[in-house]
Amino acid sequence: MISFDLCDVEGSLATAVERKKLSRCRGSQTADGKRLPYVEVKPFEQIVREHGPAVLRVCRAVLGPDEAEDAWSETFLAALGAYPDLPEGANVQAWLVTIAKRKAVDQHRSAARNPLPVDHVPEPAPRSVPADTDGLWTALKTLSVRQREALAYHHLAGLPYAEVARLLGGSEASCRRSAADGLKKLRTLYEEDRNGIL
Amino acid sequence: MASFDSIETDAGTGTDASGTGLLAPGHGEAAALAALHTRLAAEAEQAGLLDVAYTLVDSPVGRLILAATAAGLVRVAFEGEGVDAVLEDLSTRISPRILEAPGRLARPAAQLREYFDGTRHSFDLDLDLRLISGYRRTVVQTLQTIGYGHTSTYAGIAALTGNPGAVRAVGTACGRNPLPVVIPCHRVLRSDGTTGGYRGGPAAKKILLDLEAAA
Repeated sequence: MISFDLCDVEGSLATAVERKKLSRCRGSQTADGKRLPYVEVKPFEQIVREHGPAVLRVCRAVLGPDEAEDAWSETFLAALGAYPDLPEGANVQAWLVTIAKRKAVDQHRSAARNPLPVDHVPEPAPRSVPADTDGLWTALKTLSVRQREALAYHHLAGLPYAEVARLLGGSEASCRRSAADGLKKLRTLYEEDRNGIL
Repeated sequence: MASFDSIETDAGTGTDASGTGLLAPGHGEAAALAALHTRLAAEAEQAGLLDVAYTLVDSPVGRLILAATAAGLVRVAFEGEGVDAVLEDLSTRISPRILEAPGRLARPAAQLREYFDGTRHSFDLDLDLRLISGYRRTVVQTLQTIGYGHTSTYAGIAALTGNPGAVRAVGTACGRNPLPVVIPCHRVLRSDGTTGGYRGGPAAKKILLDLEAAA
């Protein structure tokens, strides 16, 4: 079971998004929010195609294969809604990862708060992907959430450590250390188990 | 710190420094992303967030881009106009909330297929004319009165709009018709009988005229 470190996340995340919105006014919009004609705005379809794969990899590494697809869907649906307000020149991948992180936190909080009693355990829906064919998630699960996140945000999403620190809290150096420790542990497990599950 | 730096260098490549590729793409990613895209389009439609849906369909005049808002078909474009350019234009002029979502275009796509098969002589579709304003809208509405297999001239349409001197403006309105094929600007010829220009190229115009003449 994944337990998310909530305390360092919530406040800093919300304010970061708000800050971004307030600090930059989209160049293609007039003061009353109407878009000026003939300033090109990238269609959201292109955002999905460009960033969908990296966000899926991040979701899989942080949440595991079972919950990754729900997190991806919630992330892109929320992003679609907010997209017209995204400031021009914003780092889209960092923005998406920020939403993905918030969705993951929501998911875990609601799961922790409302464990619904059920009469029948439903059959799991068929997945488009085998759960953990190569055991990668089994290995990732042994890392701390912070290590997984630091690793995913930096190495999979390509965010600089300054951005990772904004998402995770703490210093750049500590995020760098978390990612490095996580990667080291992952490699050790992989080497140890080269001919086994991994 | 040296070891951290070596890890740092390949940020964003999705592989780790040792080359084991532990975190590299895989796991049937393409199939998963295709399924997720379909799910996103459906959820966006349900949530009222899909401002523009589009799809690509094959036709005898090349691939067509069909785009619809909630109000109706808003754009038919020829592949030669450039898929990216067409989508960017829609993004700028209507909304950037655009996704490939064939569901909303099922009816227009089916009617176009029937048209190209020669079995459909008029379209029964909700049209969103928001991309056409002013005199161009008058022209486009007049174009809809030219029946299947019939033709008119730029001068004839100008006269029908009550503005016989506006021949060039009619030409411009036809050239910028956002709903070619469905709004039949291909049925407008030059007064000397030559076919004149067409957004999809003169060859496409000829294919449409021949198709309708044969029926």
